[in-house]
Amino acid sequence: MLFIPGSNPGMLQDAAILGADSIVLDLEDAVSLTEKDSARILVREAIKTIDYAQVEVVVRVNPLDTEFGVQDVDMIARVQPDTLLIPKANVEEIKRVDLLLDRIEKEEGYAAGRIKIIALIETALGLETVADVIKASPRMVGVLLGGEDLTSDLGIKRTKEGDEIFYARNKVATVCRALKVDAIDTPFTDTNDYEGLIKDTTKAKSLGLTGKSVINPRQIELIHAVFAPTETELKHALRVLAAMEEAEKEGKGVFSLDGKMIDAPVINRAKSIVELGQRLGLMER
Amino acid sequence: MNPGDQKILGSLDEAFDRLGISDGMTISFHHHLRNGDYVLNMVVEALAKRGIKDLIIAASSIFPVHTPLVKHMQSGVVTGIVANYISGPVAEAISRGELKKPAIMQTHGGRARAIESGDLHIDVAFIAAPTADTYGNINGVYGKSACGTLGYAVADAEYADKTVAITDNLVSFPACPIEISQVFVDYVVQVDSVGDPKGIVSGTTKITKDPVALIIAKRAGEVIKASGLVKNGMSFQTGAGGTSLAVAAELKEIMKRDGVVGSFASGGITGYLVEMLEEGLFRTLLDVQCFDLVAIESYRNNARHQFMSASMYGNPHTKGAVVNNLDIMILGATEIDTEYNVNVTTGSDGVIMGGSGGHSDTAAGSKLAIVVTQLLKARLPIIKDKVMTITTPGESVDVLVTERGIAVNPRRVDLIEILSKTKLKLMTIEELKTLAENISGLPKAIKTSEHIVAVVEYRDGSVIDVVRQCL
Repeated sequence: MLFIPGSNPGMLQDAAILGADSIVLDLEDAVSLTEKDSARILVREAIKTIDYAQVEVVVRVNPLDTEFGVQDVDMIARVQPDTLLIPKANVEEIKRVDLLLDRIEKEEGYAAGRIKIIALIETALGLETVADVIKASPRMVGVLLGGEDLTSDLGIKRTKEGDEIFYARNKVATVCRALKVDAIDTPFTDTNDYEGLIKDTTKAKSLGLTGKSVINPRQIELIHAVFAPTETELKHALRVLAAMEEAEKEGKGVFSLDGKMIDAPVINRAKSIVELGQRLGLMER
Repeated sequence: MNPGDQKILGSLDEAFDRLGISDGMTISFHHHLRNGDYVLNMVVEALAKRGIKDLIIAASSIFPVHTPLVKHMQSGVVTGIVANYISGPVAEAISRGELKKPAIMQTHGGRARAIESGDLHIDVAFIAAPTADTYGNINGVYGKSACGTLGYAVADAEYADKTVAITDNLVSFPACPIEISQVFVDYVVQVDSVGDPKGIVSGTTKITKDPVALIIAKRAGEVIKASGLVKNGMSFQTGAGGTSLAVAAELKEIMKRDGVVGSFASGGITGYLVEMLEEGLFRTLLDVQCFDLVAIESYRNNARHQFMSASMYGNPHTKGAVVNNLDIMILGATEIDTEYNVNVTTGSDGVIMGGSGGHSDTAAGSKLAIVVTQLLKARLPIIKDKVMTITTPGESVDVLVTERGIAVNPRRVDLIEILSKTKLKLMTIEELKTLAENISGLPKAIKTSEHIVAVVEYRDGSVIDVVRQCL
């Protein structure tokens, strides 16, 4: 998930080709106060004219309690991005956005519930109520953990090692898994430290986060490499799925592979590994 | 020159007296001091003071530092320019029609050919010499204005009627090493400074950090790998631009992974290629000009970092130029058309901003000439129906790699067959053109008058295109 400043035409034009699975066209932090209106128009026109192909288009709007938030949602939703990213998310905020989107979709004649929401969890309250935040809208498809603002809210220091967000990562990963939405990790902000990026991404993956946000396109390939399944994992997953098909044909509910029992969790994991492998171009679809 | 004769002269004026410089002569310069060169301005200024008119300046390249030429063009001191690359105010003035005769734009190999064949007759060659001895032996590796090899000055020294070395580092006889020999040099003049070191080298050459350029480089690397040319004994050349260097970085990884040792890398040499030499990825470098301090130092100290003249580099009429043995060449483009013709001479505004340099020489010689460019630059699509100026003919360009897709010249049926068996997504150049125009729209064509301001010569001396004055 790559952040692109909404005020930069060149980057908006090239956002789709940088290898990210999704792009966040940012109207919030990356845009200065004096450029809020022009960036909003620019992002709207970009979505209308540029072919972002298979890349998920997410727009980060300003918080609804600022003078820009509602205008952002109102203008951007009408050109149908895939998803809105709502900063400083809490239950009330998400409900408000959900209602706004309901109204806009109705006015424009779009399918109801088509525009999705990702909640940016970056306050202590948001983190502690993350399950309710997710449940606040049926549009919710994921949570993005915002480590910088969260640690600032907590009054603690943000470090490269990231021990201070250990709990937040755990919490987000667990709740998202429980409620079946994506759990996306906070960006790694030192864009020249590739070793640090790999360590940080590996840690996030090991805690159960399913993706990572980036602020520099040069980080994308390394992150994909961390999340990518290994060849052995892919081969094993394919064998599991083949065995499953075989078992289904034979009408067996439970079956074994290499002497090990294969049940639903193993099958689900194999499915998600193959899907990830296909998405990263490691294998044919 | 007889025993006992001296070559050292007290001043430029003394040299002019001895040389008998008169109106209408052709005088030549090399561009190894690039945007730090003092010599061209110094000589033309002194000749202007003597009231000389109608000079033809045959410089291998002209840079912004040569801006004083503009006033000499306006006053009639200079009425003709022959060069392989012209950028900055002189290029703009030529484009405005301020040079009396059309400028002649050559290639690096073509210039050597023209000089050696007599097509370009030089009356006096003024050779900026970072080091010269009292008897005219020259090298570029020592002195405060050290620039490395002097590949572009060789034909001038050898074929001009008279050759003058201008140096700010006069050493006692004999200089060591000797790159341009005393047998070609008539006089030596000592001056305070021949150049500004800051303009001579860029200090460091860096790989681009632009993510789009890095994607292009990655794709180019994939094309190179898929072409099957990455094998022991391979050869490679690229420019010093950020994207070109990024392609070198991609190639380096591929060569390391596959355990390949190349025979040579050539052209203008950067620190990055030196690094590849030192890591054993190439057996030797063939260097016509050094782009940075690392390259200069390597050329001075490493016997495997070898000198080549412009003629050896790209002259099509020798008994074999280095470009003929080149496997892979990475090229840039200001514009490319659907016939794969490339323009690196004029900019999107129709004004001269460069020229072939070695572009057409290497494209013609190499087995795989890859043009790397962004599909859109500053809102403008790069692929046109017809380029404004043809620098390099499409028949010598094999592949276009952009951030949004790869197109292979339909003439290269063999390459299309090889590449279509890989995962690389190939498109036609027309499809890429449409893709770009869908984003940017179609820019209005630039209108020109009938007045020809420059003639573009292909490497064999034939006229490949002309540049007309913009309206």
